[in-house]
Amino acid sequence: MTEQEIQQTLTGILKRIAPEEDPEDLQPDDDIRRTLGIDSFDTLQFIVAFSDHFGIDTPEEDYGKITTMRELVAYIRKAQGAGMQQ
Amino acid sequence: MIEFRMPSLGADMEAGILNEWLIKPGDSVQRGDIIAVVETQKGLIEIEVFDEGIVERLLVQEDEKIPVGTVMAILVGDKEQKVAPVPAHAASPQPEKATDKKLPAEIPVSPRSVRATPLARHMAEEQGIDLTTLTGSGEGGAITKEDVEKAIVEKVAPEPKVQSAAADSIRMAVAAAMSRSNREIPHYYLSAKVDMRRALNWLTEANKQRSVKQRLLLVVLLIKAVAKALAEVPDLNAYWENGLQKKDDINIGFAVSLRKGGVMIPALHHVDRKSLDELMTLLNDVIPRARSLKLRSSELSDSTITMTSLGEGNAEQVFGVIYPPQVAVVGFGSVAEIPWAENGMLDVRPALTVTLAADHRATDGIIGSRFLMSIKDHLQNPELL
Repeated sequence: MTEQEIQQTLTGILKRIAPEEDPEDLQPDDDIRRTLGIDSFDTLQFIVAFSDHFGIDTPEEDYGKITTMRELVAYIRKAQGAGMQQ
Repeated sequence: MIEFRMPSLGADMEAGILNEWLIKPGDSVQRGDIIAVVETQKGLIEIEVFDEGIVERLLVQEDEKIPVGTVMAILVGDKEQKVAPVPAHAASPQPEKATDKKLPAEIPVSPRSVRATPLARHMAEEQGIDLTTLTGSGEGGAITKEDVEKAIVEKVAPEPKVQSAAADSIRMAVAAAMSRSNREIPHYYLSAKVDMRRALNWLTEANKQRSVKQRLLLVVLLIKAVAKALAEVPDLNAYWENGLQKKDDINIGFAVSLRKGGVMIPALHHVDRKSLDELMTLLNDVIPRARSLKLRSSELSDSTITMTSLGEGNAEQVFGVIYPPQVAVVGFGSVAEIPWAENGMLDVRPALTVTLAADHRATDGIIGSRFLMSIKDHLQNPELL
């Protein structure tokens, strides 16, 4: 999956969680939570949804490493790569 | 004979408009069944029945404005069932319509008979999109990834006018309730700082054992600590109606903020009897319904106290305004690291400020203080929550 495809999927999930917001306008280094004004409940729904979609495990200690779209896309690519090697 | 009346859906609501009956004369209803949908300032509310029996007559029609307390339907109890149900002339055709709505026509088309790319098929399955409803733009009319993406956007796109009207009416409902509260209730305020180190450590360890779907949020510990403290200080789990009326059930009204402004406060029923995992499951159900304005009547009418939690990255403390006829509102700010002095030593701890706004007609500061100290104590023993 290309970075662009991952990003499109993440945008679709965010749109479903926060339909009033415009995740398409997120810049790569924007803080996703702060920019979209989503709370801890929505953040957990987002993590559940993308972990499920991409078939990855996202430990709680990694939450701080995936605050922007750029970080998150890189994280998912790495996690998927690790999964394929196993 | 049982008269089913339009329930009160909070201090700020005097009437609703019947949107749809979900029952008809002759139907059997059980306690907790949803029998009607009523349009209110707080969205479309599912009205539950709290008796068992057979529907004898429907007394109000769809699109009719119904003041709180109006008899909407007549039920006969189990012992009276021998009497044949008499359908009301005006109402009988409408329940048929309601029944029809429950049975959507299903066209038995196999998804595999639709031409679609594998990726499009996978995405549609993930997002719950019915491929038979889409028109393919690919080769030979095949449904492509782009077609599914378009359908996803259309599926989630909000209805701007409806949302905006709902936001306005919720704003007015909040305004009415809060104005009445400030006019009538002499509030007093207290606050306490809670060391959250043990609770957060416990939560981190507990979540390591859970899959991402089963993880707990800190707020469920806070909700449970409030319920346990209320069991010890029951004067705050009460209404002020011609004096203090203590409530047996602990139903915590949990403030859910709406992105377009306003709050919904669904009741979380019997919190004292639920485990942390059950509370998390309950939040997963209630919060999205509150945000899409699809709550049930009991969720709007049964709260015995209100709780608000600002969550991560927000203000340190919040002092609420009581939702009448309740007598207290508990507020949790955001966890922040602060210098913490204990036993003559200085340390850095994650701390949370918990506040109480309470009705001075109902209780005094000493009761409020006991309640906050109880919450604080329970949060030092998260394994017992």
